[in-house]
Amino acid sequence: MSTIETCTALLEGKNADEVVTKALVRDVELPYGAGTMALITLDNGLDHTKPNTFGPHGLLALNDALDAIAARSDLAAVGVVGKPFIFAVGADLKGAAAVSSREEALAIGRLGHHVFRRLGELDVPSFAFVNGAAMGGGLEIALHCTYRTVSSGVPAIALPECFLGLVPGWGGTQLLPRLIGPEKALKLIIENPLSQNRMIKGRDAYALGIADAMFEPADFIEESLRWAAQVLRGEVAVERADHTAEDWAPVIDQARTLVDLKLRGASPAPYRALDLMALARTASRDEGFAAEDEALAGLLMSDELRAGLYAFDLVQRRAKRPAGAPDKSLARPVTKVGVVGAGLMASQLALLFARRLEVPVVLTDLDQARLDKGVGYVHAEVDKLLGKGRISADQANRLKGLVTGSLTKDAFADADFVIEAVFEDLAVKQKVFAEVEEVVSETCVLATNTSSLSVTDMASGLRHPERVVGFHFFNPVAVLPLLEIVRGAATDDATLATAFAVGKTLKKSCVLVKDAPAFVVNRLLTRFMGEVTAAADEGTPLEVADHALDSLGLPMTPFALLQLVGPAVALHVAETMHAAFPDRFGVAENLAKLVAAGKPGLYGPDFQIDPEVRTLFEGGSSPSTGEEVRLRALRALAQEIRLMLDEGVVAAPQDIDLCMILGAGWPFHTGGITPYLDRTGISEEVTGSRFLEPGVASVLA
Amino acid sequence: MPASREVVFVDGVRTPFGKSGPKGLYAETRADDLVVRVIRELMRRNPGLPPERVDEVAIAATTQIGDQGLTIGRSAAVLAGLPKSVPGYAIDRMCAGAMTAVTTVAGGISFGAYDVAIAGGVEHMGRHPMGEGVDPNPRFLSEQLVDGSALVMGMTAENLHDRYPSITKERADAFAVASQEKAAKAYADGRIQRDLVPMATRKAAEGWGLATVDEPPRPGTTMEGLRDLRTPFRAHGRVTAGNASGINDGATGCIVAAEDVAREFGLTPRMRLVSYAFAGVDPEVMGIGPIPSTERALRLAGLSIGDIGLIEINEAYAVQVLAFLEHFGIADDDPRVNPYGGAIAFGHPLASSGVRLMTHLSREFAERPDVRYGITTMCVGMGMGGTVIWENLA
Repeated sequence: MSTIETCTALLEGKNADEVVTKALVRDVELPYGAGTMALITLDNGLDHTKPNTFGPHGLLALNDALDAIAARSDLAAVGVVGKPFIFAVGADLKGAAAVSSREEALAIGRLGHHVFRRLGELDVPSFAFVNGAAMGGGLEIALHCTYRTVSSGVPAIALPECFLGLVPGWGGTQLLPRLIGPEKALKLIIENPLSQNRMIKGRDAYALGIADAMFEPADFIEESLRWAAQVLRGEVAVERADHTAEDWAPVIDQARTLVDLKLRGASPAPYRALDLMALARTASRDEGFAAEDEALAGLLMSDELRAGLYAFDLVQRRAKRPAGAPDKSLARPVTKVGVVGAGLMASQLALLFARRLEVPVVLTDLDQARLDKGVGYVHAEVDKLLGKGRISADQANRLKGLVTGSLTKDAFADADFVIEAVFEDLAVKQKVFAEVEEVVSETCVLATNTSSLSVTDMASGLRHPERVVGFHFFNPVAVLPLLEIVRGAATDDATLATAFAVGKTLKKSCVLVKDAPAFVVNRLLTRFMGEVTAAADEGTPLEVADHALDSLGLPMTPFALLQLVGPAVALHVAETMHAAFPDRFGVAENLAKLVAAGKPGLYGPDFQIDPEVRTLFEGGSSPSTGEEVRLRALRALAQEIRLMLDEGVVAAPQDIDLCMILGAGWPFHTGGITPYLDRTGISEEVTGSRFLEPGVASVLA
Repeated sequence: MPASREVVFVDGVRTPFGKSGPKGLYAETRADDLVVRVIRELMRRNPGLPPERVDEVAIAATTQIGDQGLTIGRSAAVLAGLPKSVPGYAIDRMCAGAMTAVTTVAGGISFGAYDVAIAGGVEHMGRHPMGEGVDPNPRFLSEQLVDGSALVMGMTAENLHDRYPSITKERADAFAVASQEKAAKAYADGRIQRDLVPMATRKAAEGWGLATVDEPPRPGTTMEGLRDLRTPFRAHGRVTAGNASGINDGATGCIVAAEDVAREFGLTPRMRLVSYAFAGVDPEVMGIGPIPSTERALRLAGLSIGDIGLIEINEAYAVQVLAFLEHFGIADDDPRVNPYGGAIAFGHPLASSGVRLMTHLSREFAERPDVRYGITTMCVGMGMGGTVIWENLA
């Protein structure tokens, strides 16, 4: 059987609900008498919010179009263009998550190659007109064409496969490095996907040499067609450098080192992509594409990819429709915001509220100097944004005008939302809220940015405890996307709805959590860190303890995180948690010593363990191996997550994972954390069952 | 400020014209996008003109709502990527919209208010059928200010046949056949294509396409083919789809400049504005409008019809051209008249046509350096005519 028949047979009945991207073909008479172009428009029939993707049916539709085109002898060229604002964004991920056998996985790779490579193997030249977003397989379609133009208005071009746990395996690893050289190709294939899935713009794609010509969006199609006519008539010459002469090994080895630093082998995809790129310099098309098929088949059947697709879905969907949030219509308008305190956190919050809500924000503090410093910080940050061209001078004036300071809380009288960011002490916070309640309206929301105190306790002495809600940001406030919204015992739906509405306007991903000690992220990080520090207390060499969890590919090691948070804060949280759950949360002796010694962490400025700190930690008598530390920490996590779910801290394991991805930066290939605990068997060992059903974030065997 | 300056026509382009309706070229294309494309092509073809030196963008449309609304001259300028410092406005004199855009900015240039302007027009009669949203004052009829037929253009053409009994249906058909023949020849000779800007056309069900040529022309039209066409405006009447312009979509635009400034930027002026005039007539015979407007323009220029070597007259209806020719004693097949054919073949997207006439005249001038003067003229709904007299600079 031919490739196409085999693939069709294997994929028969799969993806029954695929949104099929059609390949609409129209003849276009090119200008200057350059002949007829068969122009293929990729269009799934929906608007730009539902971009073109490719599942088996879409691939077969494109194949049919190419069959008809290949049978003609009257054509001068073939073109491919997207629907308005979208070229194509790659493979249908829903279908990828449902692949159930290696044969099927292999068929997906082969079918993609079979269809896409035809664009580069027709009797006439092919042109891709990248008019809108082009990602993954979408960009690969363009790479298979003989020539490419790109619109200067395209907001997103990327090969995000490695971000998810795949490789750009429909030709991307073979064609791109040959087209633009391995160094630039690494940027798209490896570096950007591993940097929060960064995208490039149309202008960047042109500068990198991915496109041969660039035109403005106003008449991109017309000018692209005009350019194609000029190319066909020989009036425009397209020159490309040959990158195959040089040795690619040093560049690829260097990239491998960087990937290792970041992932420590935790996710196979970037390594496979590097192997394939290394092959691309000398491999024939058949060899290269076959190697891509094999890599895709392996990765499509890997749990890392399934966890990645699960994580992607959480971030794309669940983060936008928070579980348990009350009806949006209950939210009250927020036209003025108060911030109690004028410290760094308070100032960061003031800036964020002013930028996103565009309403007046008043900071209060008892000390004029602190107040001036807080408002000054916001104004300076606004000037920085202006300097970078992120906002206009008028916007800068507006933002500065919005943020003011007051020594008294009566400035909150007409505020609808007051958030406190004062010292982490229950009595202090209770006093602050009592004072605020004296001046604000009965419905003004009182929010607390506490990271570990009880929201219920904080509200207990108030006349209107129903208006108090936890609003827990993650540092740096402007960067980390997570917001834990905490419902206290008395919090009413209108308050909660208002908190979710404000969180959304702040462009944060909100997760509803119960009023439990340290909520989700800090509780899990503290538990996890507690086990690692305890192991160090017991005499495990510091390097061994710190690198015991490298195989997870976390964004930083436990002690690096400790350094970032600061030992004093970590100790405070550890003590709070110890008070709440003395059985499970210890207070490491050496952490207290570290704080007493005034050290910023375990590491010195040279990124080596500070010798004095090493001395502090000496004395333990029962060292563990790295593997023992790893298991101990993961078992603790599994236990804690199970307890949190039983307590109803969040609605589902998915919310735990979402919190760890967005609040702690835990990677996609671990799916946050529960898919990793499930697939390593730790969930069942510790808690008696998995967190997620097989197939949700793993290959359904 | 100079009290009066010479005004020149530098360059004109247009989109290919389409047939209106669900099967037409531009069925799913926006009117403002047609204008944007024209403006961008003018700037591209005249790289010597710094975009910030365009002082005005005057765009005409008869129905100024939806994608032809929002002060289309300004909105199209912004969409076309001209600097935000370049102002624009919308203008309306129905069929003579683009012509009025040119004469109005020309007046401003002559006065010294502008150096360079873009003037043009658009009509997407598929998206905006003639008379969309109009609300005629009942006094028009109750006080007999106009005849009941005045607002239906085809009826005014029938009325014109009544006024000129010598203009028979056969003469009208013969003129129409000749218009199609001349247009076909002009196409074959490559006279038309050079000023067409290819326009992307997307239809949801078909994907992207490209319009490169006019859709309305019917080369090979014969007298026999026209003889039995329906006369929709009057039973046993004379006006048919064959001897009238169609219902069309398209946009035009041109660069008009002070002559000295055009030369400063290295632009090549093709013709110099000599005079212009608009005139009113009874709305029920609006087709005779070009006669008084031309007489007035000639008088202002100190010229007579005998001085005019080329005539670009809009063919809204064959009868209206023939009435003009009969009035001035010019033969139906005089080679001075519409040498490239006219709106019967190319189509007449109302407010855009005036600049098509000027673009054709400027190209005809180039081929005929021996001709000194030419006119562009057209009839206008509600009983008007407009005429511009140009001097050949070739």
